[in-house]
Amino acid sequence: MAKWDYDGPILEIENLSISFFTRAGEIPAVMDFSCIVQPGEAMGLVGESGCGKSTVALGVMQDLGKNGKIVGGSIKFKGRDLNAMTVAELRDLRGSEIAMIYQEPMASLNPAMKIGRQLMEVPMIHEGMSEGDAYKLALEVVESVRLPDPERMLKSFPHQLSGGQQQRIVIAMALMSKPSLLILDEPTTALDVTVEAGIVDLVKDLGEKFGTSMLFISHNLGLVMDTCDRLCVMYSGEAVETGSIAEVFDRMQHPYTQGLFRSIPLPGADKNARPLIAIPGNFPLPHERPEGCNFGPRCTYFEEGRCNKGEIPMFPAGDRHETRCLKFQEIDWTAPPDVAVKAEKTQAGDVILKVDTLKKYYEVAASALFGGGEKRVVKANETVSLEAREAETLAIVGESGCGKSTLAKVLLGLETATEGHVLLENNDIAMTPIERRDTRTVADVQMVFQNPFDTLNPSHSIGNQIIRVLEKFKVGNSQAEREEKMLELLDLVKLPREFARRMPRQLSGGQKQRIGIARAFAGGPKVVVADEPVSALDVSVQAAVTELLMDIQRESRTTMLFISHDLSIVRYLADRVMVMYLGHVVEMGSTDQVFAPPYHPYTEALLSAVPIADTSVEKKRIVLDGDIPSAMNPPSGCPFQTRCRFKSEVPGGLCEREVPPMRTLTDGHQVKCHLEQEILDRMEPVIKVHAAE
Amino acid sequence: MLGFFLRRFGVMVLTAMCLTLIVFSLVNLQPNLEKLAKEQNNMRMTDQQVTIWLQEEGFDRPLLTRYAEWAGNFVTGDLGDSTRFRKPVSEIVGERLYLTGKLMFWVMVVMVPSALLVGVLAGMREGSFQDRSLSTFAIATTATPEYVSGVVFTVIFSSKLVGLQWFSGSASKAMDGITFYNFTLPVMTMAIYGMGYIARMTRASMAEVMTAQYIRTARLKGVSFRSIVVKHALRNALIAPFTVIMLQFPWLLTGVVIVENLFNYKGFGWLLVEAAGNNDIELLLSCSVVAVAVVLITQLISDIGYVYLNPRIRVKS
Amino acid sequence: MEPLGSFQILTTAVGHFLPVWIGLVLIMGASALFKRNLSLYGRLFDSPVGMIGLALVLFWVLTAIFADMVAPFDPLEQYRALKNKPPGMFETETGQAFLFGGDNLGRDVFSRMVHGSQTVMAIAPVATLFAFMVGITLGLPAGYYGGIFDTGLSFLANLVLAFPVILLFYLLVTPEIRSTAIPTTMAAVLFLIPIIFFIVFIYCRFSTRPDLMWKLLTPVILIGGFCYLHLINAWNPAGVWMDGNTLNIFVSVVFVNSPTVFRIVRGLTMDIKTRDYVAAAQTRGEGPWYIMMWEILPNARGPLIVDACLRIGYTTILLGTLGFFGLGVSPESSDWGMTINEGRKLLRLFPWAALPPALAIMTLVLGLNLLADGLREQSLKD
Repeated sequence: MAKWDYDGPILEIENLSISFFTRAGEIPAVMDFSCIVQPGEAMGLVGESGCGKSTVALGVMQDLGKNGKIVGGSIKFKGRDLNAMTVAELRDLRGSEIAMIYQEPMASLNPAMKIGRQLMEVPMIHEGMSEGDAYKLALEVVESVRLPDPERMLKSFPHQLSGGQQQRIVIAMALMSKPSLLILDEPTTALDVTVEAGIVDLVKDLGEKFGTSMLFISHNLGLVMDTCDRLCVMYSGEAVETGSIAEVFDRMQHPYTQGLFRSIPLPGADKNARPLIAIPGNFPLPHERPEGCNFGPRCTYFEEGRCNKGEIPMFPAGDRHETRCLKFQEIDWTAPPDVAVKAEKTQAGDVILKVDTLKKYYEVAASALFGGGEKRVVKANETVSLEAREAETLAIVGESGCGKSTLAKVLLGLETATEGHVLLENNDIAMTPIERRDTRTVADVQMVFQNPFDTLNPSHSIGNQIIRVLEKFKVGNSQAEREEKMLELLDLVKLPREFARRMPRQLSGGQKQRIGIARAFAGGPKVVVADEPVSALDVSVQAAVTELLMDIQRESRTTMLFISHDLSIVRYLADRVMVMYLGHVVEMGSTDQVFAPPYHPYTEALLSAVPIADTSVEKKRIVLDGDIPSAMNPPSGCPFQTRCRFKSEVPGGLCEREVPPMRTLTDGHQVKCHLEQEILDRMEPVIKVHAAE
Repeated sequence: MLGFFLRRFGVMVLTAMCLTLIVFSLVNLQPNLEKLAKEQNNMRMTDQQVTIWLQEEGFDRPLLTRYAEWAGNFVTGDLGDSTRFRKPVSEIVGERLYLTGKLMFWVMVVMVPSALLVGVLAGMREGSFQDRSLSTFAIATTATPEYVSGVVFTVIFSSKLVGLQWFSGSASKAMDGITFYNFTLPVMTMAIYGMGYIARMTRASMAEVMTAQYIRTARLKGVSFRSIVVKHALRNALIAPFTVIMLQFPWLLTGVVIVENLFNYKGFGWLLVEAAGNNDIELLLSCSVVAVAVVLITQLISDIGYVYLNPRIRVKS
Repeated sequence: MEPLGSFQILTTAVGHFLPVWIGLVLIMGASALFKRNLSLYGRLFDSPVGMIGLALVLFWVLTAIFADMVAPFDPLEQYRALKNKPPGMFETETGQAFLFGGDNLGRDVFSRMVHGSQTVMAIAPVATLFAFMVGITLGLPAGYYGGIFDTGLSFLANLVLAFPVILLFYLLVTPEIRSTAIPTTMAAVLFLIPIIFFIVFIYCRFSTRPDLMWKLLTPVILIGGFCYLHLINAWNPAGVWMDGNTLNIFVSVVFVNSPTVFRIVRGLTMDIKTRDYVAAAQTRGEGPWYIMMWEILPNARGPLIVDACLRIGYTTILLGTLGFFGLGVSPESSDWGMTINEGRKLLRLFPWAALPPALAIMTLVLGLNLLADGLREQSLKD
């Protein structure tokens, strides 16, 4: 089947319903979903996990597996109904007219097949191209996704490439047959922020260059704003609002969309003056969806007897702007949110934790399988120094391999330092492994873990897990006292007391994370290390957990080290920020100092890379080349020199030879960079907020 | 890479030494020696006579000394004499090993391809009727040890009761010349038990690969199902079973012993039973060395093959 | 009396198993009724394969329990007149039929098959349990600590695994070995491990609450010690539990099974120890044994249960192999492998003697394998 021309929209989805059929019965995943993608247009599908956005994509691909079935509606691609196509017709279409890119680049590539083969396969199947021609085309396409040394790339196996390169190859593979529609399912979620920025940039350019229509699926509003023309917000299997980026971002017409925007930290938010507003309640499971509006039970504008009666259709709310809300005309969308209680800014107290020129080196075997042999040293932490005061939040920012997790391990005593000091109230614990720490010290330094699905032992009940912590920390004198204390801790993290008897699998991600917080604060800690505590949670839950963490910290005046790669949330909640790159602290200062020029070049790039879901924000585009070097084989001199755009401004190749010294710019603001003061002074802010319209 | 194999080889030699030492000390236990003394002389020897005879033969020296002596002889090719056959051990073992080699060859020829085929066919469409029936078949074969299938096959195919009498129930003629008639039952009996395990491993591996993201990538590239299975899935799916096939060898040895005794085929397995049953120390020791060597060499091959098949490991080093 | 025809043989045999059928229906019915409250075991009733497997296994378990009621004859009693007689002939004195014929000594093949199930049921599950105890107790620290300890233990495990099983049995399960100290020493070491396991298990969890800990530890030590002394035949106020033969077989079976369990547990431990909840336990200062026993082990139970089913099947086959070579078991016993070995000598003339025990082994192992498959399938469905 040759490609055919068609004047109308590339993709028309009308009232699509998809269900999965399991032993428990029919589970509707997508209901009454409609959208139109015009040629050359990029459409974003936004929603939290489980909202059905990926199912829509697979429905378009007609690849729903054994259990999935389209139970209603139509999907027309260039005017032809995909539901009615035979297997052979679909096969002709897949890869040549519609291509798809997914989240895990490594998993998307065949590990036992050379990249060249995998690329060449596409035109060879669809256009019957000869091997030689296919090879030439592959070279061309690999070049167009800006990969260095295309010939070597084609000869490599996937595992020899870095994550960013792999994703570029996946994109190249999707472009091999110049498809009319490209579906991207969270294509950058597994990548680091600065790498993500490069991929986003590439996707945008390619879309313009080839005129490909795109269906971009993401949970990140900022990313969708950067890449798409229009978007469709999904909630619990339904589209709740659809329209152009400008319409939806600035003139939203659905309470859920509004809730989403209020719960993400935008540049103006402030933890004391303008706290985040979480959407109350939890995402309904497919079989627990309420009558009427799915969002009803969590909606502040909910009206009994109206919102929970009958089906609610999409209402037109402007130019190609629709909303699934009965009351959209009654709600005053411009009214400011009811800000709960404005909190006083807490005053930082004495220095609780002091880290002085800490070094942590690991020795690892060069390769896992053929163990032994040559040993390599991984310099996970190089001369890290910091001070953290009582009731203060210090954010540690960096991407993978920057050494932030190693630092946490040393603080907690899971690893001991190679050199340097860690003073917890004048007590040096750098060389004391956890087994040799006394109970008080152990209880004093605690951690909140990143992955909510991994943080609780699935075999023990919630109550028992918390009581065990109390036992270990010698809280309470009898079992009954500990039981009472455990219930109080559940109150503290705002969970019902019945949860004590539940097993972890009966809890949602956000609830598990609350238990993790309760556990960390059980022994009245002085320092809590929070390792990306909300990054694995859905946007609407993130805000609630973040606020909870902040509240407890404020109450107990605990010092918090907040590890994150997400600069938006850091700006929102941190008092001071420390930026790390490949084991080095490259910049440190108060939040205001770090987020305003002069920046360290890496901080600058990081700031530019973080997508911000605000149309009034203008960002300077700085895209870093390549990937983060491996900590096993770091570059000589300044760790950042391989990707730094200012390298040429430093004379004499100094950057390649010497690690720059830590310089103090202004009061407490330190930067590890060779750049002249004058160049630093010339830096412009990366993020500019326009005045409100 | 070279370092890896040298180290691997070192471990292998060490393992072989430990194992032979264990066998050596077990066959040289005092009761065994006493039995040997009585068998060599007469059954009504007094305890004192036994002690004297053992002293004369040098069996009272420390175990390690005798082990070192035996190992020294072994390395120079002197395997000692068999008390059961009254011939040099090296002669007997070589001859019997050749017969077993023939059996193993045919077992492998039948077992491996059919096991892989069953596994791949079952695993490529997980949960289908084809998968369910083939999997059940595979499970059933793993529940059928050689002494069960051998008995059942003999009854069906060569007893008067059923009356088919297609194949011979004895393979003693096969030692001179293999025919379809006299060799089918032993080969089938052995192949059936080992086959199920390999087939299940292959199925599991294949089913896992078929759910991998890159298979979906291939499908959404428009690759046909047949090409997906042949080009994309097969190589990845065969990495795990390859190791399993190689590690089957030590297991097959038990099968060899059973089948050779069941069908009266006088190969290595039969020899092992004879040696053990008759307390033939030198012969038993040499048999052990052969058995252990086979196991260790197959393990080495399995390692090499794994590295060869899996590009992720190969290029890293 | 006229010999019974094939159909009559079948119905009479089915009739003999009456107590087994009743038990089977009761257990399966009750389990199916309450399957919602029985977690993994209950979910087994959603998988036809698993249910068939369970039924086969239960059938043989119940047969072993009710063997005296099911079997019409004494398995060892010889009836000259029925020597090598085909199935269905009547024994004149009792008026009962030799349903599956008579063997070369005139014993009832059917009754021998029924009684043979007792040998397997007495040894295979218990030996597997011990092998698991040993494998777990050594596999956990090997996987958790890694390093030299792991290298050493893994080397030992590989050593045993590289040993051809049949050779090991020929060396270990002989009358000569029994007169040495080797089996008793090995038994003394192997049987000590479960007791140590339970003491550590309780100690590391409840050392923060000493009163409760002693309440739990005291019975463990007393009962464990009592059983231990019996098992190693050091002190036998409740009679001899295991004669030299059985002890020898038992120890050898535990010995060859443990290294495989060790490897599985080690692998699972290495996987689970990277989880955050293990790190969380470390950060609150838990000791390594608490983490191994209470944080890691409970989460490895799924694969271990599945493997235990397979391993009982494998042990059954192993016991059959031993019997087949006449190793260890007493010559009179109705052990299945032994019976096959005796029957195979005259297989082409009188095949009925070897066939029933062969099919018995096959169905039992098949049941265990199907059960394992069903469990695996259901446990993956979460």
